[in-house]
Amino acid sequence: MFPILQVGPLAVQLPGLFLLVGVWVGSVIVEREAAKRGLSGAVLSSMLFFGLVAGLLGARLGYALRYWTVYAGDPLALVSLNLKTLSAPDGVAAALLTILVLARRRRLPLWPTLDALAPALATFAVFAGLADLSSGNAFGAPTSLPWAIELWGAARHPSQTYAILLAVAVVVAVHRLGRRPAFSGLLFLAWLAMTAAGRLFLEAFRGDSVIVLGSLRAAQLISLAVLGGTLFGLHRRARLALEAEMRSRSAE
Amino acid sequence: MDRSALPVRTTAGSRFLIGFVSDPRRWGVLVAVVLSAGAIWTALSAVPQAAAPDAPTTAPREGFAAPDFRSTLLGGGEIALSDLRGKVVIVNLWASWCPPCRAEMPALQEVYEAYRDRGFEILAVNTTYQDSQAAAARFVQEYGLSFPVPLDQTGEVSRSYLLRALPTSFFIDRDGVIRSVIIGGPMSKTTIQTTVEALLGGD
Repeated sequence: MFPILQVGPLAVQLPGLFLLVGVWVGSVIVEREAAKRGLSGAVLSSMLFFGLVAGLLGARLGYALRYWTVYAGDPLALVSLNLKTLSAPDGVAAALLTILVLARRRRLPLWPTLDALAPALATFAVFAGLADLSSGNAFGAPTSLPWAIELWGAARHPSQTYAILLAVAVVVAVHRLGRRPAFSGLLFLAWLAMTAAGRLFLEAFRGDSVIVLGSLRAAQLISLAVLGGTLFGLHRRARLALEAEMRSRSAE
Repeated sequence: MDRSALPVRTTAGSRFLIGFVSDPRRWGVLVAVVLSAGAIWTALSAVPQAAAPDAPTTAPREGFAAPDFRSTLLGGGEIALSDLRGKVVIVNLWASWCPPCRAEMPALQEVYEAYRDRGFEILAVNTTYQDSQAAAARFVQEYGLSFPVPLDQTGEVSRSYLLRALPTSFFIDRDGVIRSVIIGGPMSKTTIQTTVEALLGGD
């Protein structure tokens, strides 16, 4: 845990810096991948940018609506730079909605677009892991294993390091799959399946799991559902590709 | 026809992949194995009810018990954080020479006056080991602060709260558990108010 980097008089908050670098690297990768697939990189990255802006606005408005009496007395606080007064679920919803509307309006083909996003999403996960490592978020369950780290009053699993290693492995796998993609949608669905499977496995070592139904970890249940959905999706995309290929061959 | 369903490029490897993934039998077996393994792992890693401790571990972090401390007060007397159990408390660490600390003090004072009757307290810990008691006293007078100002003479409180930047504020609920940490500042009055209001609840 090393949340603040002191550069002379500047106290740089490392988690935020990692996320920022992650977004930047991610957008560079998106443009490159889009070009490979005959999509416009500029269109794609501007769509993501507007999604990000909408997400921030939605997160702040969602928070302000919850405490509207306070914000009614101080409307300028709506534009404050404080990251604590944001509501994450509202932000994610606003971002997704904006991206969806823009993608429809630009008539972006769904699966090639998602495939172009997959390598960037996989890379961003590495930076998200680094952000957690420096802030001490997403911390591990107490353990007596020899590689336990001292964090938050206990010897714990280095869960952030596990997550970073997994994210790196997923980046490598996505990169290799992307070299000769068998059908469109493969890259995105494979990325989602690997991410869900990894989270399902690693959540067991977390010390901050949200518990539902008495004793089950919510993230594992969600990951299991996502994993099932993506594996089924892969099957459907592969079948469609096979049928399309047969049709085009019989047409010859 | 859905053109995006066409194979991007056909090689021996991609041919095998399409064949495998589109085969209901082989892919079905793989999916069944993966999902069962996932379900078993989920069940194995379930958190037993007894494992959730009643008293959370102490750490300067959201969701953990706030580290207790006892300090002398500016102007005499002594206070311990544990004396305030049952109240919502902000522990704010500051120094008189720190501009953002200066900037947020009036807001803290306003919120204090508005909410203190509902069981709200502020401990504005002066980091005296890197400040001076005289400067702290001038500061308190200048801003007309009425909440207690503990003096961290040795740096012990700052160390136990892993202080990295000034100001830092810890919002502690009625059970002594930290619910929000704000590193750096200044906090706006709105931030302080919304956080305190959420912790005080509807009562």
